[in-house]
Order: sequence, then structure tokens, then C-alpha cells
Amino acid sequence: MNNNTTALPSFFEDSGSDRKGILSWLLTTDHKRIGLMYLYMVLGMFIVGVCLGLLIRLELIAPGKDIMEAQTYNAVFTLHGVIMIFIVVIPSIPAAIGNLVLPIQLGAEDVAFPRLNLFSWWLYLIGTVLALFSLFTGGGAPDTGWTFYVPFSEFTTTNVNVAVLAVFILGFSSILTGINFITTIHRLRAPGITWTKMPLFAWSLYATGWIQVLATPVLGITVLLIFVERVLGVGLFDPNKGGDPILYQHLFWIYSHPAVYIMILPAMGVVSEIIPVFARKSIFGYKAIAVSSLMIAFAGSLVWAHHMFTSGMSDTAVLIFSLLTFIVAIPSAIKVFNWVATLYKGSIIIEPPLVYALGFIFLFSIGGLTGLVLGSAGTDVHVHDTYFVVSHFHYVIFGGTGFGLFAALHFWLPKFYGRMYNKRVANWAFGILFVGFNTLYLPLFVIGLEGMPRRYYDYLPQYQTGHLISTIGSWILAVGLLIMFVNLYRGITRGKKIGRNPWGGATLEWQVPSPPPLLNFDKEPDTSGKPYSYKGVERDE
Amino acid sequence: MSEHNGHVLSVKLLTYILAVLLLLTFITVAATRVDFGYFKVVVALALATTKSLFVILFFMHLKYENRFIKFIVFMCFLILAIFIGMTFLDVAYR
Amino acid sequence: MSSHVHKDYHGAKLGMWLFLFTEVLLFGGLFVLYSVFLSKYPQEFHDAGKDLNVIIGTLNTVVLLVSSYFIALAISFIQRGDKQKAILFTWLTMAMALFFLVNKFFEWKAKFGHGIYPTSPHLAELPHGENIFFGLYYVMTGLHGIHVIIGMTVMGFMIHFLKKDAIRQDDFVKLENAGLYWHIVDLVWIFLFPLFYLVL
Repeated sequence: MNNNTTALPSFFEDSGSDRKGILSWLLTTDHKRIGLMYLYMVLGMFIVGVCLGLLIRLELIAPGKDIMEAQTYNAVFTLHGVIMIFIVVIPSIPAAIGNLVLPIQLGAEDVAFPRLNLFSWWLYLIGTVLALFSLFTGGGAPDTGWTFYVPFSEFTTTNVNVAVLAVFILGFSSILTGINFITTIHRLRAPGITWTKMPLFAWSLYATGWIQVLATPVLGITVLLIFVERVLGVGLFDPNKGGDPILYQHLFWIYSHPAVYIMILPAMGVVSEIIPVFARKSIFGYKAIAVSSLMIAFAGSLVWAHHMFTSGMSDTAVLIFSLLTFIVAIPSAIKVFNWVATLYKGSIIIEPPLVYALGFIFLFSIGGLTGLVLGSAGTDVHVHDTYFVVSHFHYVIFGGTGFGLFAALHFWLPKFYGRMYNKRVANWAFGILFVGFNTLYLPLFVIGLEGMPRRYYDYLPQYQTGHLISTIGSWILAVGLLIMFVNLYRGITRGKKIGRNPWGGATLEWQVPSPPPLLNFDKEPDTSGKPYSYKGVERDE
Repeated sequence: MSEHNGHVLSVKLLTYILAVLLLLTFITVAATRVDFGYFKVVVALALATTKSLFVILFFMHLKYENRFIKFIVFMCFLILAIFIGMTFLDVAYR
Repeated sequence: MSSHVHKDYHGAKLGMWLFLFTEVLLFGGLFVLYSVFLSKYPQEFHDAGKDLNVIIGTLNTVVLLVSSYFIALAISFIQRGDKQKAILFTWLTMAMALFFLVNKFFEWKAKFGHGIYPTSPHLAELPHGENIFFGLYYVMTGLHGIHVIIGMTVMGFMIHFLKKDAIRQDDFVKLENAGLYWHIVDLVWIFLFPLFYLVL
């Protein structure tokens, strides 16, 4: 691939409209600009969420009051959860990276409904602003935890109303993104990009889109019901009026369990893209990985009640949901085995995206396997609502989706800015992140097993060592994040210019200029090759 | 025009469908005036399902859509049925 | 089909169907609640259901079915290029929607008059199951009513588009999608009607 084509202006220079400056971004329908706007909001809110997390860890460094009151602490962990789940992780890879990469991978000029895409972003913005607004208005910041469990969420005097409306709007935004991506994948694949030649990242977004479409509305109605209960007091979840609080948990988890697959599937897609490029070897088991995404999406919709083993559910339900939970482990394991098999006997080139992707596999495997401990009814009774759970889902969501996002940033950001970051610093940042991450979360498994409950403001002295190590880990992690973001920022502003294909990838996004022009392609994409066949593909750094 | 395969339904067919729907509505009302006990729920829901099939197939043109759309419509209702059914794993055995 | 992506008829239809699924599952959450509470309080649902007016319920069912028929006709006419009739039947759809809402308004008003509304002292005295029944009744018909209002607004836009020839014989997917939305609103009512007015 050469650089000798007619140089079209990049999408930074050519907005496709007469608007100038900030409006050419806020009113754009270009998927790349929308993707970047998502990305910056996601990263901005991620930093807010990290700061809240650091505050939680600092408060827990020693028993008793350290830096904040108990009520503040409740608000802080609620916000940490709401921001991280609904504002950061859910839109992180699908909406931000997906918008940037998906249309180009399919050989399309844009998504199927570009204006709807912009509308989703605006809904996302409004939802985020509303969530932040809920902190400073009404009766104080919400203190229910991100799960908004009844009956507490119905009766607390804090500003839950605004927070649940924010979640509703954010959910709507996520639904519209899902609709857009499914339609895009069905209708806008370039000739030659057949279903079995579609990149695995697109496959993972396809499965994710279906979960977004079929599960998110249930969250919508659930949080609306909280709003209705708080305003009208109908009593559907209130035992004093004949309601049933466990039904709230059913409705909530019917969405929120599939939602963890909205979070993890796209990250798995990212890893499936990165591994073969740096192993210089075609992906092992393409079809198995593609199908396992759909299997995870479907089976993941049938296991929600494993969050409720100690809620007073029937024993029949406990048994069946526990059994089904183990079934989801199969497609997840298929993916891990296939990634490892792809690396086996490959000509591995160690570059930052691969390093982060390997970090994903390691951390996600720990998260996934400890999930089995929680999925088996017997052990769950012991560790339910302890720090074991906290540690488990941070391994899955932060170690999985978070590291997947970092891998995606190191893999694709150079493409969209045309500049390369400092690879040595990126690797060092990974090292610090990895050490910090494990120092932060491994001790939590231990104190969780010993019985430290989650969300508690105070604790017995016997848990202090674990909490102390964990808090120190949070500082190391913060340093790693800082180095990584500064390095990426310096890279996209001042880094060395790169050509079309800095990594030697074979999917279509590596055929377009870096950064790509407005409608992505400056010449007809060559779709004759397979997405993971590297014969004749040259790196163009 | 030819690039769209939107199927044009005749006024006559649509009117027939409406007549069937109205008829089914009155049958539903009449049937539920009789006391079947718990069985009444089944009758009423069966009739409602029949009515919705007519609406989906003809008014919503599903009969003339491709197989994929038919499949995903089926999946959507299947998922809803699963959500309801599996919730009963809990509430029915509590 | 080589025209520009923004005129993808099948894509627009697919997108609309996906959106309808989200509507089905939005109401689906409430149907989960309804079915659980029906199995828990069959007798109370039976007693409470008697308080609802079957005549108004049936009338509203007929109104919505006819409105569905009208919008299907409007699509049929625009496909044949009969713009005036398409506009007429879209107007009639809107009128039927309004008729439905007026009925609903009087029905709710009568219920409020009898002291049946969330947190009312009268409901608090009734058995728990009846409170739940009316709670679900207000939430489900209320959410449905909001959808009827949205549907009317959509029909208003459709009339505007028809007049401006933004919906034409060779480009009618907007009207078709509006019709799909309207049919889903009807479909939800087809289930709400027996579940609240007739069952037990």
C-alpha cells in the first residue's frame, strides 16, 4: 500500500458542512467525529469516576472516619457506580470505538442512520449532564448504590428521581446506537465483505447491538417504575401495599446482567482484532469466535437471577439459574482458548496494543473464573455482597472492558490522528497499571472471602491490612493511568507521523489514510483478502 | 419505484382484516362473560394472540417481509416469553 | 438499489422493526409484573376488574383497530399515488387517536371520582391485590396513553410530509414506519384490553 493517492483532506479538515469550529462537531453526522466526541466524554467521565474511586479507597484505608462522613461515602460509591457503568463502560467501546471503526471495517461511508447517531450522542450528553445535575440538587446526591434497589430507593430523600431519569435517557441513547449498528452491519457491508469475512470486532458489535435492543428497554421501564413509585406511590414493589421487592430485582437484572455482555463483548472483539495482527497469523477458529459472541448474547440473557441467590428467591430458581450460569462460561472460554491458540507458533511482535490485549486476557480470565465461584449457589451464599464480588466485577469490567478500551486506544488512535505515541512509555505505563491493578484488587478477594461486606463505611480491624494494600494499589494504578493518558495525548498531538498501516493489519481500516478523509475511502476498498490473512500485507509506519 | 418491493395491499383485503379483528373482539368480550374460571385467561389471551397475528401479518405487512425480519420478530416475542417464563421459576415455586 | 445510502428502504424498515422490539420489551417489563401479580392475586384481580367499564374498553378497542385500518389504508393509497386519500386517512387515524384519548380521559376521571387512584384512602382499604391491580392499570394504560400521544404527533408530521411531497409514491417509507409504530400501539392495547377489562 502506498501513499501516492490524491490527498483528500482528513475528516478533521473537512466537516462536510459549512459550519465552522465547535458547531461543526456538535452538529456533525460524521461517524468519526461522533466517535471522538463519545470518546472524550467517556474518558473525561472515566477520570471523574477514577477520582471518586480513589476517594472511596482513601476513606477505607483505616477503620472509622478518615476523610468523609458516612452519608458522603454512600453518595460517592453510588456515583462511582452510576458514572462508571452507565456513562463510561456501556458507551466506551461500542459507542466510541465502534463509531470510529465499524463503518470503515465494513467498507461503508458512514453508519446507516447518521442523524440518529448524532441524536444518540446528544441523548448521551443530556443523560450525563442530568446525572451530574442530580448531585447538586434536590435532597442531596443519590445514596442507593448503582443498582437502585427497592425499597430503599423508593423512600430515600436523596435525589434519586433525577438520577433514574438520567439512566433512562442514557439507556435510550444506548438502544439507538444498537439499532444503528445492527442496521449498518446488515445493510452497509461493502461488496465482498460477506458475513464470514466480516471482522470479529464487527461481529462482537452485532451481538452487542442485539442485547442493547432487547434488554435495555427493560431497564428503561424498571427505572421509570422507580420514578413512578417515588412520585405516585403505586406500591408495585412495596410489600405494605401488596407489591414484591424481589420483582424489582428480577426486572433490574433482566437488563443488568445482559448489560455486562454489552460491556465485555466489544472488548473481546477488540482483542480478537489485535491478537492475530501481532501474531502475524490468521485468527484460530474465526467462526467459533463469531458464533460464541452470539451464544454469549443469547445465553447471557437467561442467567440474570444469579445476582439474587440470597434475595429470598425460590430454591428451584436458584438451582436452574446457577446451572445456566455455568453454560455462559463455555462460549467465553472458547474465545480465550482461540486467542491463545492464535498466539501459538505465531511470529509474535510485542507492541503496546498486544501488551494491553494480553493484559485483558489475564485479568479477564481471573474475573471470569471467580465469576464461577459466584455463579455456584453454594459458594455464592458465603461470598454474596462481600468484597469478593467487588473484586470479581472490577476484574471483569475494569480488567476486561477497561484494558480492552486501552488496547483499542493504542491500536486505533494513531489511525485517527495520523500520529504514533511513544511505544516504550506505553509499555511502561502498562507495567505500572498491571501492578497497580492487581495490588488494588487481589487483596479484596481475600478480605471478601474473610467476610468483609461491600459498601460498608466502617470495618473491623482484622480487614485493615487488605484495605491498606488495596489503597496503595489504587495510587499505583492512578500513576499508571496518568502516564498512559499523557503519553497518548503527546502521541496524538506531537507524535511521529504514520502511514496507512502502522501495524500491518489486514482489515479495511488499514487501507485508508491516517487520519481518514470525510467519507473514509479515497479509493475503492480492496475486499478480496481475508480479514486475518497477512500474506503480502506490509507495515507502513 | 421498482426498487422498492413494498407490497401494496388492496382496500378489500384490509377491510376483510378489519372485519375479522372486530369479530374477534366481540367474540372475546362474549366469551369472557361466561364463567370459565381460570381457563378464561387462556381463552382471552389466545384470542388476543390471534388478533395480534392478523395485525402483524397484514396491517404490518410481515407476511410480505423477508425471512430474516420474520425470524427476528419471532425471536423478540420468544425473548419476552422467556423473561416472563423464567421469572415464574422463582415466583411459582416460592 | 445503487442510490445513496440515505435512501435505503430496507435499512429504514429494519431499523424501525428493531425500534418496535424495544417498545415490545419496554411494555414487556410491565407484562412480567402483571403476570406475576395475576398469579399471586387471582381473586382480587377478578373483583377489581369488575370495576372497569367493559363498554368503554370495548369501544376503545374498536377505535384503535379502526385507526390501525385507516393508517394501513393511507399507506396503501400513497403506494398507488393517491396523495389526497393518503392525507385524508392519516387525518382520520389522528382523529381516532384523539377519540381514544378522550374516552380514556373520562374513564380515568370516573375512576378518580370513585376514589380509585394511587395512594387514595379508598384503595388503601381494599385488599392488597386490588391496589396492585389498579396500580398496574394506571401505569400500563398511562404508558400506553403516552404512546398514543406520541403517535398523534407522528401522524401530524406525516401529514406535513405528505403535503410537502416528502412522502411520495416512490418514497413512502416514513409513512410505512409511522404505520408500524401505530400498529404496535394498537397491538399493546389488544393485550391490555382483555387483561384489565375482561379477565376473570
